Amino acid sequence: MTLLGYRLPGMSSLLIWGLLWEIIGQMGLTFFVPPLSEVMATLWEVIQTAAFRKALYETAYAFFAGVFFAITIGIPVGILMGKSRLLDELLLPWVNVFLSAPLTALVPVLMVLFGFGMKAIIITTTLFAIWIIILNARAGVRQINRSLVEMAHSFGASPWRAFTQIYFWAALPEILGGVRIGIIRAVKGVIIGQLLISIVGFGALFELYSANFLMAHFWAVLIVLFALAFTISEFLAYLERRVSYYAAKR
Amino acid sequence: MDMSQTKTPVQPVDAAPDSAVSTRNISKTYGAVEALRDLSLEFPRGQLTSLLGPSGCGKTTLLKIIAGLLEPTSGTVEVNGKTVTGPGPDRAFVFQDFALLPWATVLRNAAFGLEMRGVARAEREDRAAHYIKEVGLSGFENAYPHELSGGMRQRVGLARALAVDAQVLLMDEPFSAVDEQTRRKFQEDLLNLVRNENKTFIFVTHSIEEAVYVSDQIAILLPRPSRVSEIIRPTGFRGKGVDNIRRDPEYLDIVDEIWASLRSYVE
Amino acid sequence: MPNRALLLKILSAALLFGAWEIAGRIPVSFAFPTFLESMSALFRMIGDGSLLIAYLETLQPLVVGVVISAVLGIGIGLWVGLSRTFDWLFSPIFIVMQAAPLAALIPLLVLAYGIGLTSKVLVVCIMAMPVIVLNTSSAVRNTPESMKEMARSYLASEWEVILKVVVPAASPVIFAGLRLGVSAGFIGAILAELKITPTGVGDIITFSRSIADYPAMYAAIFSIILLAVLFLNLLEAIETALFKGNQRGYVSD
Repeated sequence: MTLLGYRLPGMSSLLIWGLLWEIIGQMGLTFFVPPLSEVMATLWEVIQTAAFRKALYETAYAFFAGVFFAITIGIPVGILMGKSRLLDELLLPWVNVFLSAPLTALVPVLMVLFGFGMKAIIITTTLFAIWIIILNARAGVRQINRSLVEMAHSFGASPWRAFTQIYFWAALPEILGGVRIGIIRAVKGVIIGQLLISIVGFGALFELYSANFLMAHFWAVLIVLFALAFTISEFLAYLERRVSYYAAKR
Repeated sequence: MDMSQTKTPVQPVDAAPDSAVSTRNISKTYGAVEALRDLSLEFPRGQLTSLLGPSGCGKTTLLKIIAGLLEPTSGTVEVNGKTVTGPGPDRAFVFQDFALLPWATVLRNAAFGLEMRGVARAEREDRAAHYIKEVGLSGFENAYPHELSGGMRQRVGLARALAVDAQVLLMDEPFSAVDEQTRRKFQEDLLNLVRNENKTFIFVTHSIEEAVYVSDQIAILLPRPSRVSEIIRPTGFRGKGVDNIRRDPEYLDIVDEIWASLRSYVE
Repeated sequence: MPNRALLLKILSAALLFGAWEIAGRIPVSFAFPTFLESMSALFRMIGDGSLLIAYLETLQPLVVGVVISAVLGIGIGLWVGLSRTFDWLFSPIFIVMQAAPLAALIPLLVLAYGIGLTSKVLVVCIMAMPVIVLNTSSAVRNTPESMKEMARSYLASEWEVILKVVVPAASPVIFAGLRLGVSAGFIGAILAELKITPTGVGDIITFSRSIADYPAMYAAIFSIILLAVLFLNLLEAIETALFKGNQRGYVSD
């Protein structure tokens, strides 16, 4: 998009939407949409409250723990599936099922099995993230160029060296792509988990705000959450571009 | 494409034939990059002119300007004396990557140009079927592009171009994506086509042998910014039949000569 | 060997369900019924019709929401893909929506629209729409340039280029976006029933949990996951059949 010969930066239209929000808010059309300026002022207050910090801490904890398990389990499983045909044929149907299944439905089960707390949220997060990580790691290993494998053979690389020095790096772009999508899913998973188990983290905070009709508080927290999620996703995309520069040239 | 090998006598290439297409002082810049500078060229009617040059010399840009797909920064293109302002019914384009519609059958693809011209369905399918037969694809009317080989796909592209019966055929490296044997067959077929259809061909290629083999006139373009460095008109071997061209001394000389002048531009 | 693949699939299912059965028999938890108990609860609920009634209710917001998201989403996506101005204006919103945990909006939707069908439809919409819009717009933007040039060189009008080249070329990716939208819509529909008010299948899950009828709860969850997976696989099969070869026709060999 160019205006008067200047190229407008990609996300600049959000300013216009922010302005629109402010105008609608100022007109007082609906109680649910306070002016953006008020929300921003509240945002500053909110992030200094202990309740917010506790929610953020709990969310971050569940998120990082969930992502940690998803990555440390998902990548090895995916690589093994890519290498072993038997394992692949046994596991792939289920990975595909859970990839597209509405995992929200499993949260009640996790709640009764693991209690209404952190454990269930962490597992929810892991469940949201892990399947795509497995699938991408598997695809990464399977797409490795045949001639690269033959090259390793012909130069007499041992299986272990071939794995650590060739296969892992050859599959890395796909693996990272999976991790990126997995982490974006984990953000959604951690929030869905907290909403359903609404006594921890932002789930509890939302209950508090909506019970007391604190609209500006609500929007402020939403903005913080969305901005965090967006930053995480853009940062990962940036990392992926940095590391995967050679993916297109294989 | 006429597959018969009848040897009609070739008209001698006269010194000043009338032009079907002329480009006058064409310049094209992309921002600060100068792709074409002040390029003027005449394309004789009923003949095949090749645009030959190293990659990045702007030959495809020039062809797309003639097609009306790109606008020159300055200068004009005339087709039959009329200034080009956009694509027109007097020109048909054959694409390097075939540009077939993957969801449409061979018949629909070949009839696409007629469809855009508002020709009724029955008639356009009749005409398309005729040209599908001409290019040697009868029996494949209801096949889809992904079921065909690269060479067959380009034949569909050719049938599409022939079906609209334009006077000027613009071919953008049409044989570069097909294998060597198919390519040779195409080149022979193209010579017959030039001889039998009274059309003007403008042919972009980066293959020296191909240009010399098929052309009545070769315009050699040099890059950055692109300009015409030389015009070569092979005359001696055209009448000797398709089988004899590649060992004709003139053919070999011209190939060598062009290579000598292009050599320094190859990275 | 096609037999090997089928055999391994059956073996794989047997292993998982067997593990479920054994874990239920130990039992690993008082709230973990065996596979057979859950299945008999499932057939009981199918038999007495309660599951059917529940699904009629659950599928309402899902169907309405997905239809609205599909119509609006494809419309906006085409528009965004075709116009630079709208791309600049709308894309950021959907990019942020795609990355953001939109489920967090649910409490607000409930405050604004109550606990009825409207809120649930909206939940399905916010979950399903971003991926439909983004897929449609990027598919439109990625139409091979040479196909558009081809159409123009054969005198197609701008409308003909859109209708005869851009839309058909984009349709496989648009359809894939719809499938992902349906998948997200399922998540939304279940989330709505679990979070807003328990109705339909969400009601069975919540109610049987409250009376500790775990086989029924697991059966309901099993059924919704099965339904979603079967439906999405059906969509994928349709997609493959419909667009066979569509992406391969214009690449050179």
